[in-house]
Amino acid sequence: MKRFWHDAAEFFPILMNGVALTIIVTIGSLLLSTVLGLIWAMMRVSGIRVLSMLSASLINVIRGIPIIVLLFYLYFVMPDLGVTLSALQAAILGLGIAYSAYQAENFRAGIEAIDKGQIEAAQSIGMGWWLTMRRVVLPQAVRIVLPPYGNVMIMMLKDSSQASTITVAELALQGKLIASSTFKNTNVFTLVALMYLTMSIPLILLVRHFEKRAGKR
Amino acid sequence: MIELNGVHKSFGKVEVLKGITASVQKGEVVCIIGPSGSGKSTILRCINGLESYDRGEISVEGLKVDRDAASIVAIRTQVSMVFQRFNLFPHRTALENVIEGPLFVKREPRAQAYERGRALLARVGLAEKADVHPPQLSGGQQQRVAIARALAMQPKAILFDEPTSALDPELVGDVLGVMRKLADEGMTMVVVTHEMGFARDVADRVLFIDGGVIVEQGPAKALLNQPQHPRTQDFLRRVLHPL
Repeated sequence: MKRFWHDAAEFFPILMNGVALTIIVTIGSLLLSTVLGLIWAMMRVSGIRVLSMLSASLINVIRGIPIIVLLFYLYFVMPDLGVTLSALQAAILGLGIAYSAYQAENFRAGIEAIDKGQIEAAQSIGMGWWLTMRRVVLPQAVRIVLPPYGNVMIMMLKDSSQASTITVAELALQGKLIASSTFKNTNVFTLVALMYLTMSIPLILLVRHFEKRAGKR
Repeated sequence: MIELNGVHKSFGKVEVLKGITASVQKGEVVCIIGPSGSGKSTILRCINGLESYDRGEISVEGLKVDRDAASIVAIRTQVSMVFQRFNLFPHRTALENVIEGPLFVKREPRAQAYERGRALLARVGLAEKADVHPPQLSGGQQQRVAIARALAMQPKAILFDEPTSALDPELVGDVLGVMRKLADEGMTMVVVTHEMGFARDVADRVLFIDGGVIVEQGPAKALLNQPQHPRTQDFLRRVLHPL
């Protein structure tokens, strides 16, 4: 146990560099997946056949490809097509795209859960599609969407470790590097696990808060 | 101001409107009565384009109602609607519900919209509920907010789709009272209702609809007191003397 704390003190600063990158990747891909997911969801419920079919097939394609393959594609294949991305850019883009499919389905479920009478009331005072979305549907859908959105945040935090496969030196990769040079596997990976857990707990509490609020009405 | 000419409408294979021809004059109060599923509500929903129709023509002040045309917005701002289940926006206060249309559809100046909104709430007897959210209001209060929301668009006519059917019996009077006041002030109203007392006292004309056609129509008192058609007689007997 004493050894553990000793190692922990030694490795902590290096691992903190990894934590910084983990947070950057998570927040970056969270923002991207939210924007893309919203776009796919809006296309899906637009009532315009071409857009909704395009969105449905996009979502299926994205869902059908493992995140790790998506990352390899962006990082190793895109340069052959003349687009060179840094490892960090490829990681954020890949995770953002991969998760946009889940976000889109979540947002769509939230939008479709809104009572049809709400949309009719908005139409009956002359609101068009976009105004109805912005003023009536989305503000109400947010309450429904937030708890699963929180879960996505937790999953993204953990899945950001997949960026290690394309050389992003986030927490998991930093851990692996230290472990392979010191052979202190147990102490290093226990520390890495504890650090992920520490970052997850606030998010887990946030989800619980969202769920309580959504359940109120 | 509202004209329906040979309007047909089907939901799948079921034809719910089989050639409705009717008109509503400015300042007139027309009640539509009839059994459930007869197509009463569908007529209202076609007039403001919430529902499309298959054949015939509906026009409002000479403008053809076509829910896919840009003109539908203009029609909807002129013909407001009050729903059976109120359909207030639960995430906004009573006052915000009322000023939503003026502020975001009509782009009225904020101060003016707020001032008019408060005046309208006062008019339906809910001045003190301006900052309350709909779920905290009774059904009758919610429906009166909905009427204020419809009035806020300064419409030329208001469509009421069974406005008291979802209310506790003791709250019906408040809503009907507000509607009677509107009628007295000369508002053009089309009301789908089961409140025969209201139809008799307030309506100028009554249409009796059954099976997607207008079976009988005429001045309210005459139609309700001396119905001519056997189906009208039968319906009124069942409604007025259920035992």
